[in-house]
Order: sequence, then C-alpha cells, then structure tokens
Amino acid sequence: MTGAREGKGNGSIAVRTDNLCRHFRMGESLIPAVDQLSLQIRAAEFVALLGASGSGKSTLLNLIAGLDRPTSGSVLVEGKDLARLGRNDLAKYRLRTVGMVFQSFNLIPSMTLIENVELPLRFAEVDRAERRDLCQKALERVRLGARLHHRPGELSGGEQQRAALARALINHPLLLLADEPTGNLDSQTGAEIMNLLEESNQSLGMTVIMVTHERSLAERHSERLIFLADGRLVDDRSAARNAGEVR
Amino acid sequence: MKAYDVAELALRNLRESVLRNSLTTVGISVGVASLVAMLSLGIGLQQLANRRLAKSGLFDTVRVTSRRDLRNLSREGGENGPDAAESPPLDESARQRIAQLPNVGEAYPEIRFVTELRFEDKPHLTVVAALPSSARANDAFDGIEGRFFSSDSAQEAILERSFAQRLLGESPKPAANDSTPVTALLGKQLIMRYGERTALPSSSAGSAPTDTAYSVTARYENLTIVGICDLDPDSMRGQSRARVFLPLKLTEGLHVMDPSNLRDTTNVPGRSPTYSALEVRVGSPQSIPAVEAAIKHMGFDTFSLLDATKNLRQFFAVLDLFLGIFGSLALTVASIGIINTLVMAILERRREIGIMKAIGATDQDVKGLFFAEAGVMGGFGGALGAALGWALGHIINGGTNLYLKHQHIPPAQIWFVPWWLVASAIVFAIGVSLVSGLYPARRAARLDPVEALRYE
Repeated sequence: MTGAREGKGNGSIAVRTDNLCRHFRMGESLIPAVDQLSLQIRAAEFVALLGASGSGKSTLLNLIAGLDRPTSGSVLVEGKDLARLGRNDLAKYRLRTVGMVFQSFNLIPSMTLIENVELPLRFAEVDRAERRDLCQKALERVRLGARLHHRPGELSGGEQQRAALARALINHPLLLLADEPTGNLDSQTGAEIMNLLEESNQSLGMTVIMVTHERSLAERHSERLIFLADGRLVDDRSAARNAGEVR
Repeated sequence: MKAYDVAELALRNLRESVLRNSLTTVGISVGVASLVAMLSLGIGLQQLANRRLAKSGLFDTVRVTSRRDLRNLSREGGENGPDAAESPPLDESARQRIAQLPNVGEAYPEIRFVTELRFEDKPHLTVVAALPSSARANDAFDGIEGRFFSSDSAQEAILERSFAQRLLGESPKPAANDSTPVTALLGKQLIMRYGERTALPSSSAGSAPTDTAYSVTARYENLTIVGICDLDPDSMRGQSRARVFLPLKLTEGLHVMDPSNLRDTTNVPGRSPTYSALEVRVGSPQSIPAVEAAIKHMGFDTFSLLDATKNLRQFFAVLDLFLGIFGSLALTVASIGIINTLVMAILERRREIGIMKAIGATDQDVKGLFFAEAGVMGGFGGALGAALGWALGHIINGGTNLYLKHQHIPPAQIWFVPWWLVASAIVFAIGVSLVSGLYPARRAARLDPVEALRYE
C-alpha cells in the first residue's frame, strides 16, 4: 500500500493535467464539461476547485479520481497517465492512491460504520484481524468510536461525513478528493469536516483537492483556489493572495 | 478480494433482501426437486426392473444343449467347436466341467416332463419341472403362500396358482376373486404317476447294464404340497411351462422318462446320467458372453437372453434422459428467476456498486460478489431441492404402494435416490445458478461508477 508522506510534501508535482478535455454528447450537441484544461498541483497542497454549477469542477475531480476517462489530453498522478491505465489498474489506483469524500456521503446504508470503513481494506485484501483494529482506530480518530456498529441512517449528516472521511483515509491515500464535502451540512458541522480535511493535509501530508461552492470555507482552509467556468480554468491563485485581495 | 470476504459480503447482501432471495431460492429448490424426483423415478424403475430380471434368472442364465440333440441337427455349421457328430455328450462330467468355468455359479440339469398327478383321486395331466435350491431367490417365490422346499431331496411340491385352482375345481381367475383360498391345499398329498427308466441288465454278464435296451416301470411318488406361487418361474416357456415344481435332487433320483422327449426314448440310460439340457447360472449378465463362448468351445450349443437386457438398458437410458429433460425444465424456469433477482439487485444496488467501484473495487470484485450470490442461492436451493425431491419420492413411493396394496399386488420400491444424484443435483443447481449469474454479474461489473453514483 502506498502511504501518504508524513508532514508537508517536498514540492513535487502530485497531479498534472495537460490539455484535458471531457466532452459529453447530448443528442446532436457536444458539451465540453472540461475543456483544454492544464494545471499542476503539488504534493501535499490543499487546493479548492471553485466555480458555478456546470463549470466542470466535479468532472475534473472525477477525472483525477480515475472514475472517468478524458476525451483527450492527459491526467498524470505521481507520473502515471490515468488515460493509459486499464480498468483493473484504474481500480487499484482508486484503491491505493485516492481517497474520496462525497457531498452525499455515499456510505452503504445496509452496512454498519465499521463495515463501511472496512470495505476498502477488504478490496486491498488486508487480513481480517488487522482490519478490525485499523477501522476502529480510524473511526476513533473522527470521534465515532462509540458508533462503530451503527448504520448510516442512525447518524447525523456530520457523523456520516466523518465516517466517510475515515473510510477515505483508511488506505493512507496520496490524494484526498472531496466533492462538496460540506454541501449537505450546516455551517458548524461543515467547519468541523473542513478541520478534519485540513488536519489530514497538515499532519499526514496528503494532497487535498476539494470541490466547493463555499468560497469562504475554501479561503479559510485551502492554500490555493482554482476557478473554473465552462470547463476552462479562469483563475488560479493562492488562498493567502485571495484573502489579501478581499481584504 | 479474498474468497471468504466475497462469501461474507454475498451472504450479507442476500440477507438484506431476504424475502426476494428466499423466493428465488425456493424457485431453484422446486426446479431441483422436480429434477431429482424425475431422475429418482427413472433410476428406481430401472433398479426395480433389474432386480426383477435378476431374480427371474432369465438374464443370468445360459441354457446348454448337446449338438447331438436331435432338436439341434438343423443348426449345423456356423458355430464354434466341433461338429454335431464329434461333439461330446452332455453328461455329468460335462456338467462338472461347465460348473468349474470362471463366473459360473452353478450348472444343473433341466428336468421337465409331462405326467399325471392325482389329487383326491382325480387325475390331472400337467408339466412338472425340477428346481434347484438356488431358485428360492427367484421373484416368483416372493409372494409364495406356504414355503419353499425344505431340502433338495424332500418329497415336496410347489404348485403354480392356476394349477392349484384347477385342483380345487375352479377355473383360474384373479387371486382377488378366489372363493376358496388355495392355501387350503398346503400340507395335502399329491400322487405323481411317472415312468422310471432303468437300463436292462446284460443277459450274459448278469448285473452289468446293457447299452441296447432299457425298461420303463410305472411308479408313484407321494408329494406334500408346501407352497403355492403367484408368478410362474418358468414363464418364458409359454405353453410348455411347468405348473408343478419339485426339488432337483429328488427329481433326478426318479429317472423319469418323458415320452414327449424323443431323445429320452432313443437313448439308453448309462452309469453316468446324460442330460437333454443344462441351466447354467452366471455371476452377472456381463459374464454371459465369455461363459457362452467357453461352453461353445467345449462343443455344446448355448442360448441366453442377454440381448434383451441390452435393449432394456438402452430403454432406461432414454427414459432417464427424457425424465431428466422434463425435470430440467423447472430448473430452467428457476434459472430465469435467478437472472431476474440479480438484475433487480443490480438496479437496486446500482449506487452501492458505484460506491464500491469509487473506493477501489475491481470489475472482478463486483463480478465475484454477484457470482457468489448466485452460487449461494444455487447451493441452498440445490440442497433444499434435493431434500424436497427425496421427500416427494417417499410420498409418491408410499402412495404407489398403497395403491398396489389395494390392488393386491406386492409392494415395490419404484423410487431410489442415490447419494450421487443428491450431490450432482446440488452441483448442477450451483452450476445453473452461476451460469444464470453470468449476465447480471457482467452487467454489474461494467457499470460506469460516475453514472452509478448519480443514481438515486
């Protein structure tokens, strides 16, 4: 298993996209969800992807996550071109390199929290005895140690998102991808989740790429803001600079 | 994903939709039960026929006759061994040599003759045959009233039911309609009148037998009726079949002359008895060709009904095939049920599949999971179906025997579920389920994770 580096990264490029395009055919017309997008994200960076609905943020995140394939161009993660990976290698990439958090939590409702968190470890063929211990610790880290055997339906939104974060981190990924992680949460709970994401970035040295609508949240927690419109990169600035301009 | 994880997750998923999956499993079990029931019936009937035929002695018996026999003169040439003129006599030494051939159980002379039997001073002309003690296992004696001979030389007789009814002055009719029970004859005396053939002493040497003349002396033998049999152990002989049976040793010792047998009238009885025919019991029907070849090589003619068993086996193979096809139809319907259940599961769990793929499940993991679910349903359905089929078999067997009893027919085991059928049915059910799971599993594995995650 490829583990995340301890502490902040060494400035190497974690993710690079070159002329990345993802077009969707809708009847006769072709919709460019991501269009000629080139960017670089350094290892251990905390990046927020911002933009209006339909600007291509989630599509870009899916392409980086290896859930979707580009129409043209390339996505390189740790030097590997995802477009060239087969279905099996792409699944292994999602298992070992990426951890994902979704707006709607995406926990499996019929499974308990510990079973949900255990799932990536099952796919990684980690021994049963080791698995239980790892899951318990992961859930305790997000303060859900007392809710191991509860099903998602029995938890609040914030608790579910914390459990989803525990599942995303269980395989120590290099990239933590969060698609509107606070979209379904109140501001206080959202802040709590953001703190956990930031903690993962700071202490574990994970590269975090987060899609969000909430600019203030992004400014507060991320280092860099990337603005998209119509699938194209329209602005790329550091959060500190952005904060300065606002001030 | 490790095999036990796949199995654990599959069981979990099956428990989640317990009603639907249980109904699908019941569907499989009904299919398997019908398959097991049909095949068990075929196997049972085949075993019943084999048992009956084996007990009838028709298919493991070789009839041996001498080529010198006047009846065989038309069959010259084309056979193995010497010509009729050079062939050895079918005497006691030949009988002993045949009895020592490999796979031969016993070789005994066929003794049958037409004679008069007196019962309560009324004469009855009929065919009498001798039976060895091994005939006790013949199915003709399964429902015997009374008993079999106490020994091979006992002065006892067993009557065929129609003859027994004749003795009682009745016309033969079904046993159910008997006015006087034939068992009334048991223990009663029957007097057999017969002609004893003895060689005449030589006029010059005094006591030494001559080879040119013999005498026939009228004799009487008192016989006790000990049994009455329903079926005729001699049924293949048609009109000439025997109605009265005597122990073999006793009959041999009587040296009865059969006036209807031309050979008996022309041959002089020697020191060593010669026989018109021998019945040779072979260990199994499969050994018959080898035994027949060996006997022909010794210079005798043989006859067996082996070809009939070949046809019988062929008939049961076709019957089993047809019953299997009918049984499989229900399993085919059940397999459509599996496909339906799994396709429904894919639709219901579309998002779940998307989540699993997003967090690292490979196509193989997803496929394996659906395969395992199909396999588990198949395994449970197969085991339940085999048990159901077994129970169904017992019920039908019981019902059939109840009907047979009502019809005054001896009970029969028409149903047999061998262990290999149970094991094969379970394996077959799992196999059919896995094949049924192929399409749903492939469909689940190929789901686009982004599309699946959007699904509500």
